[in-house]
Amino acid sequence: MKNKQMNKEFKNHILKALKQNIRVDGRKNDEFRKITIETGVIATAEGSAKVTCGDAILLAGVKLSLGTPYSDKPDEGVLMTGAELYPMSSPDFEVGPPSNVAIEIARVIDRGIRESGTINTKDLCIEAGEKVWMVSVDIAPINTDGNLIDLGAIAVMAALRNTRFPELVDGKPDYKHLSDKKLPISKVPIELTVHKIGDSLIVDATSDEEKISDARLTVAVLEDGSLCAMQKGGNCPLMHDEVMKIVDLAIKKTGELRKLL
Amino acid sequence: MAYTKRLDGRKFDETRKIEAKTGVIKNADGSAFFKIGKTTAYAAVYGPKEHFPRSQQDPTKGVLRCNYNMMPFSGTGERVRPGPNRRAKEISMVTTNSLKAVVDLSDCPNAVVDVFIELPETDAGSRCAGICAASMALADAGIKMKDVVSAIACGIVDGSVVVDLDYLEEAHEGDVADIPLAMIPSTGEITLLQMDGKISRDELDEALKMTLEPLRKIAEIQRKALKERFK
Repeated sequence: MKNKQMNKEFKNHILKALKQNIRVDGRKNDEFRKITIETGVIATAEGSAKVTCGDAILLAGVKLSLGTPYSDKPDEGVLMTGAELYPMSSPDFEVGPPSNVAIEIARVIDRGIRESGTINTKDLCIEAGEKVWMVSVDIAPINTDGNLIDLGAIAVMAALRNTRFPELVDGKPDYKHLSDKKLPISKVPIELTVHKIGDSLIVDATSDEEKISDARLTVAVLEDGSLCAMQKGGNCPLMHDEVMKIVDLAIKKTGELRKLL
Repeated sequence: MAYTKRLDGRKFDETRKIEAKTGVIKNADGSAFFKIGKTTAYAAVYGPKEHFPRSQQDPTKGVLRCNYNMMPFSGTGERVRPGPNRRAKEISMVTTNSLKAVVDLSDCPNAVVDVFIELPETDAGSRCAGICAASMALADAGIKMKDVVSAIACGIVDGSVVVDLDYLEEAHEGDVADIPLAMIPSTGEITLLQMDGKISRDELDEALKMTLEPLRKIAEIQRKALKERFK
């Protein structure tokens, strides 16, 4: 999210304020913007969620279809996570194939869900080697204002939990009629990204803050406080003690976010 | 069997429920939301701004550029593969043309005004919803315009002339014609007209007449949503 150069004076203003532990929008360093989550907002999706966080708005939608399993996992269904950064949602995004930023967001969210075994993919198998459910979840920003990984991950979890299987008629899904059957979800990973700007560590960065971020670390945390995915980003290195500080912050803050779901 | 009663109980000249709002995307210079039944469109305007590539600049006036896109989960049935396809490209083009008739960009030569239209959910009529949202977003962005553009589909379902076909009606058995139509409401000028299906000359005449009143109503809703923002 560094496509556009930022006004130098504004950048200095953010940095100066952060040195006194003040953020431009008045938040504390470990404070989130106000988050609301609505589910079942898209009629054509089998599961969906709309997350708003400050000025940021994003959608996640789940589509289910039948397909053949991968040959190395013949008795498991497939989960795919996609993200596109629509130029509608920010002047920083351009028309065209998914950017590296979009691919990273989708992959980091995907990893949190995949590595934790959130969805028991064996339960998505209908006939081993022949027919399994394919779960596609896509993230679609309406208005982007930073922190797409954390907000995307929450939207994805809310949409997955909202998902109902279509009825099967003669072995084919009838998308007009959803059953009561939910996805086999056993765990709920929540992701938290901490940005390092100068000596400050902040959560829930806005687009402006992301533009001047030195480094970031995303940590996916499960209910029991164990970690299931991480990703460091940004140009600057992080020290061991900074990593541990971020992980502690992630464990604390994801506990609060979990209550919103 | 003829289509004497609509599947969802509407009158033949009755549209689905419409919701409209402007200023929904804070990052944009202008934006709008238009929902008709289960078809939802967002539109955002960015510009006028510098136009790249330069070879596409027009030294006499600004260029309007619309981009129509369906979100991956916006279709009934399987996931819509992301990225441009022939259908989206064509709709982007006819949408641009339908709006050019009202937009005056003579004040900003060599510039471009981008309109991004995103559809989170669709149940037929998505290009019309996109045009309604886009024209509201352009007005919201303060682009010089002589009117909004209002759009709705009309057509014929197994012998009956109807307005605002939904997905089930488009897939109805018997002869079906789907005619997306966009109009400048104050002048009655048609800026988008497409047809897909089979219809007689007289039925077309009747369908176009039947659309006038619903289009006027849509224009009312669009104007009201634009005024709401400045209350």
